[in-house]
Amino acid sequence: MKSMWQRAGAIGAAWGVSQSALADYAYNLQPPVSKVAQDVFHLHNLIMLVCVGIFIVVFGAMFYSLFKHRKSVGHKAAHFHENTTVEIIWTVIPFIILVGMAYPAAKVVIEMKDTSNPDMTVKITGYQWKWGYDYLNDGVQFYSTLATPREQIDGTAAKDAHYLLEVDQPMVVPVGKRIRLLVTGNDVIHSWWVPAFGVKQDGIPGFIRDTWFKADKIGTYRGQCAELCGKDHGFMPIVVKVVSDEDYKAWVARKKGTAQAAAADNGKTFGTAELVARGEKVYQANCAACHQANGMGLPGTFPAINGSKVATGPIADHIKVVLNGRPGTAMASFAGQLSDADIAAVVTYQRNAWDNKTGDAAQPADIAATRGGATAAAAPAAAL
Amino acid sequence: MSLAQTDKYYLPQPSLWPIIGSVALLTMAVGGVMTMHHMNHGGWVLLAGVAVLFFMMFGWFGEVIRDSEAGRYNKQVDSSFRWSMSWFIFSEVMFFAAFFGALFYTRVLSVPWLGESDTMQQLWPAFKATWPTAGPGLTADGLKFTPMEAWGIPAINTLLLLSSGVTVTWAHWGLKKNNRTQLILGLAMTVALGVTFLGLQAFEYHHAYTEMGLTLGAGVYGATFFMLTGFHGFHVLVGTTMLIVMLLRSLAGHFTAEHHFAFEAVSWYWHFVDVVWVLLFILVYWLI
Amino acid sequence: MSDAAHAHDDHGHHAHPAGIMRWLTTTNHKDIGSLYLWFSLIMLFTAGSMALLIRSELFEPGMQLMHPDFFNQLTTMHGLIMIFGVIMPAFTGFANWQVPLMIGAPDMAFPRMNNWSFWLLPVAGIMLLGSFWLPGGAVAGGWTMYPPLFIQGGVSYDLTILAVHIMGLSSIMGSINIITTILNMRAPGLTLMKMPMFVWTWLITAYLLIATMPVLAGAVTMLLTDRNFGTHFFNAAGGGDPVMFQHIFWFFGHPEVYILILPAFGIISQIIPTFARKPLFGYASMVYATASIAILSFTVWAHHMFAVGMPVAAQLFFMFSTMLIAVPTGVKVFNWVATMWKGSLTFETPMLFAIAFVCLFTIGGFSGLVLAMAPVDIQLQDTYYVVAHFHYVLVSGALFSIFAGIYFWLPKWTGHMYNETLGKVHFWLSVIGMNIVFFPMHFLGLAGMPRRIPDYALQFTEFNQIATVGAFIFGFSQLVFLYVVLKAIKGGAKASDRVWEGAEGLEWTLPSPAPYHTFETAPVVK
Ligand code: HEA
Ligand code: HEA
Ligand code: HEC
Ligand code: CUA
Ligand SMILES: [Cu+2]
Repeated sequence: MKSMWQRAGAIGAAWGVSQSALADYAYNLQPPVSKVAQDVFHLHNLIMLVCVGIFIVVFGAMFYSLFKHRKSVGHKAAHFHENTTVEIIWTVIPFIILVGMAYPAAKVVIEMKDTSNPDMTVKITGYQWKWGYDYLNDGVQFYSTLATPREQIDGTAAKDAHYLLEVDQPMVVPVGKRIRLLVTGNDVIHSWWVPAFGVKQDGIPGFIRDTWFKADKIGTYRGQCAELCGKDHGFMPIVVKVVSDEDYKAWVARKKGTAQAAAADNGKTFGTAELVARGEKVYQANCAACHQANGMGLPGTFPAINGSKVATGPIADHIKVVLNGRPGTAMASFAGQLSDADIAAVVTYQRNAWDNKTGDAAQPADIAATRGGATAAAAPAAAL
Repeated sequence: MSLAQTDKYYLPQPSLWPIIGSVALLTMAVGGVMTMHHMNHGGWVLLAGVAVLFFMMFGWFGEVIRDSEAGRYNKQVDSSFRWSMSWFIFSEVMFFAAFFGALFYTRVLSVPWLGESDTMQQLWPAFKATWPTAGPGLTADGLKFTPMEAWGIPAINTLLLLSSGVTVTWAHWGLKKNNRTQLILGLAMTVALGVTFLGLQAFEYHHAYTEMGLTLGAGVYGATFFMLTGFHGFHVLVGTTMLIVMLLRSLAGHFTAEHHFAFEAVSWYWHFVDVVWVLLFILVYWLI
Repeated sequence: MSDAAHAHDDHGHHAHPAGIMRWLTTTNHKDIGSLYLWFSLIMLFTAGSMALLIRSELFEPGMQLMHPDFFNQLTTMHGLIMIFGVIMPAFTGFANWQVPLMIGAPDMAFPRMNNWSFWLLPVAGIMLLGSFWLPGGAVAGGWTMYPPLFIQGGVSYDLTILAVHIMGLSSIMGSINIITTILNMRAPGLTLMKMPMFVWTWLITAYLLIATMPVLAGAVTMLLTDRNFGTHFFNAAGGGDPVMFQHIFWFFGHPEVYILILPAFGIISQIIPTFARKPLFGYASMVYATASIAILSFTVWAHHMFAVGMPVAAQLFFMFSTMLIAVPTGVKVFNWVATMWKGSLTFETPMLFAIAFVCLFTIGGFSGLVLAMAPVDIQLQDTYYVVAHFHYVLVSGALFSIFAGIYFWLPKWTGHMYNETLGKVHFWLSVIGMNIVFFPMHFLGLAGMPRRIPDYALQFTEFNQIATVGAFIFGFSQLVFLYVVLKAIKGGAKASDRVWEGAEGLEWTLPSPAPYHTFETAPVVK
């Protein structure tokens, strides 16, 4: 039995490899760059092969019958209608085949689930609609959003090669290291998926689920959110750059530098025009997906900021909405996502853009005061 | 009873009641949604729907009772009723199973998960997973409540319901012996026990809301507690109403010693409600 | 059939309301069966039009026709309506028409309740479709309604929850009716193990329904209270868990997919012996296989959740139990092939659809098996591979069996033969169209295209274009079907009582069209 399965596996693998010649695996899973993905790839080929084999046998018989046992060729109906032996045979044989399939599958399951002994750990949080990365060992933190310009989506500009699969800040990891991922969601369930690594893990709000991968080859790998998470579910791609160890270290150092510069902003006081300019960028990156670039929102789903009572009323309430969100709605808390300077900027922008001409401004210090002591420590680096 | 039981299956005439019922549910659903979203007049629309539903039930069940008293239901129809009532009760069991499942899942699986390893360290550092709980977020926000104690009202309620199971059976024996006094007395006692149960339950809820901080919003404990006991209470309410109808019908001289499926159906239902309560008492109140 | 001897009976055939009132108040199983089938057909065109809109948006990359949120609304409503508004009502329609005829009963056990079961569906339909015009539009959270996304929405979400309650009520009452009819109203001599397969499969389906619809009702009730009454069933902050919803939902959801296929197995098991002119092979093992599928279906639900990160033991358990279902399903496939074997086969339209069913359903079953492998599923979960899988079992499975059943029994219902040539045209267009739409989706899924997205990366363009073209071929060929059915209702060659040379069973002893009241005195089965 065993050797037969090994042979089947070998044929499957050969078939899989021969596929690579055909149009870049367009008929099969993406080229694997991790051991797990490789194993999944072979498992899939094996099972496909078994299924195709059974299909040919069963439907070979059926089509033979359809041709030979037609009334129009004068075939007279036989009268048999049961046969315990055959019936037992075709219950037992599929069962045995299934056991043969279950064994290799179980091995891969166990391999996938083994998250022990990681070289580093990254916490990944899904937001509507971006990914947050938090390198627990190296202290790097950032957000990653879709970088494909609106014009390409609307069809007013030519689409480039990585249409919808480009982000502003990719995840960067060293090659050949076991990377443990702690995946969660901030608002709704998202799913972090990079096909080339054979990793897909749902991010469930309030829970951490872990998984891991070890990328074998330097390169850029792309994936997408794989759980319906609302309007822009189709627009939150994942890009992972696998780099050499040195390049990784250099990247970490660079990231830390920008984070410090951004943190310094929290202590400054800005002019209103400065805040509005900065706020517009923050708004486009974080708020426009829902409230729209023109501030009009989407009636019935996302309220307009233009003319909103909150954005034209007392500024303290406005800050509170942005800091705390509105529990139970899509309006999430931005306290953990944006720095004090960015929140001050976006609030100021919302209060002065479009028809909202309040003329007032929020300063980073106001935000820090509203946060209170407890959460201020958690204020992360700027998203920009 | 002019027509003796025929050997033919009774097929009713075309009937308006079902479509009235559909209109009722549509109105109730729309009214319910309006109420939940604080729209004007939502409550009135809901109430109108309920009124139509009651009208439909009076009309429809009245027709069934008249058919039955006219002897149109033969043995076969009777056994159809038996099958259908059993499977209806089975579907109710599955409905409760969903909520018992939720209780099991949160208590045995998800609450402990919230209080261990990465989930706790990364997201809920201060959380101690114990039962009962209002959950890590609400607890951190300062929500406090006292869990419901089993050996007060709940224990009394258990006794009440268990006795009501006895009284309804006693009434049934009376009916089978053609002892109408026993039937009526048994039913009246059952109704009284049911009503008392509901009264105590209402008192308990009031106490929970006003003094114990135990509300629907008190985390999963509050949610499972009120949804389980609430749906059970609703079933007691329905069961009591049906018992009252049986009592009135008995007083009006309905039912014979051989032919009284409506009564039996109600008592089956009542026993089912009873069993659910015992489970509730053990799993929700007792084993905290 | 209604002979004078019984005319004095108190349930006489007088005073039937006419016009619309006939349909609103009817207690006749044939009328109600027709209502179900018409409702289902209208919903097929409604939800099918949504599918065509989805396919049009996906014809090329970029957002052309609609806003992403509207796309999600279309996907969600397409799924909900196809499942609850097309396939389930169609099968219930068949049950209404055929079960009494096949077991020699005068009607369903509870004719008035039967009427209500039907007339709840339009109510739910109005609530679902009406929500497109509410502020915020219809629900856009997927037919699976996962929280917390489903908690976020507006008015239409509550309306949808209540619509699901109402559809559940309808299904539960319908199932109780069918079970009681089958258990209590069979003609004398028709023992359980002599019942036609279609009746058997519906009996088991009805059990699945009453066991699972209340669970779905419980799940959506918790959604409703989480949304409106401050409970925290699915919110970790209160100690709940969003994944708990998925467990409860799929405890319903997986048996649900067998609810959508078991009656199909029944229809196919009536048709194949008829056109093979040979009794169904392995009747007893068919019954046991159906029961095994139903029982196993309660133990596999978490195969829809391999990517949520379950403990490894749970993952293995659900993988193994899911694979096991291939065994009884295989028994059915083999039995069908063995029924055809050495038969005397002819290929009228019902038979063509039945053969396509066996073949294409198996493809869907195999892709199901691929998905059952947890590691492979983790790659394929929420991709178009899943979309391909379930459309093979639902379109070339459930829907094709419905087409087959309609062609098979239409002559008995209307008294007229349908146009065989047009039937064959419909068949070939459907088979070809169907495969053009859904076969390429396997490749899309493998290559990494997520489902429920309104726009996609460039490498997926070709297969999407092929699929869209196929969708229009398949969609518009259903207009042929509509035409054939309407034509057969209006007129056509007179159908004989037996209709098909190889037909066996009580329904074929009745005149065509079957009279309004049948089997008022039970026939005796030897
Ligand atoms: C009619 C409906 C129907 C039917 C019958 C099935 C049948 C099966 N389904 Fe499918 N399924 C759906 C409808 C259906 N499914 C839907 C709607 C979804 C998606 C829901 C959503 O997320 O929206 C889904 C999703 C789905 C998933 C989750 C995918 C994901 O989201 O990641 C899985 C995973 O295990 C699965 C598996 C199976 C299996 C193993 C069967 C088995 O029953 C198939 C058994 C049949 C065969 C195997 C073929 C015949 C057998 C032989 C010829 C014998 C010999 C064979 C062998 C020994 C291999 N299905
Ligand atoms: C039985 C169920 C069933 C059936 C029959 C179908 C039929 C079809 N389905 Fe669907 N589908 C589902 C059940 C079903 N589907 C489910 C459950 C989902 C998942 C939803 C979710 O993710 O939540 C889904 C999702 C789904 C998707 C994925 C969407 C996404 O993930 O974003 C797609 C995409 O191509 C699709 C396409 C189609 C097509 C082209 C058909 C075709 O077969 C349709 C054929 C068309 C017609 C029959 C219409 C005929 C109309 C005309 C000819 C126009 C004339 C018009 C008038 C007279 C008004 N379906
Ligand atoms: C995922 C969608 C989403 C994103 C992204 C989002 N919001 Fe909101 N926002 C909402 C929703 C939904 C509401 C309405 C909540 C309610 O119903 O009370 C809202 C409400 C508001 C309000 C109150 C408006 C009013 O009149 O009640 C303000 C102010 C606001 N958001 C600011 C922001 C800012 C600033 C950002 C970005 C930093 C942002 N939002 C990003 C969805 C979003
Ligand atoms: Cu995030 Cu889908
Ligand atoms: Cu399933």
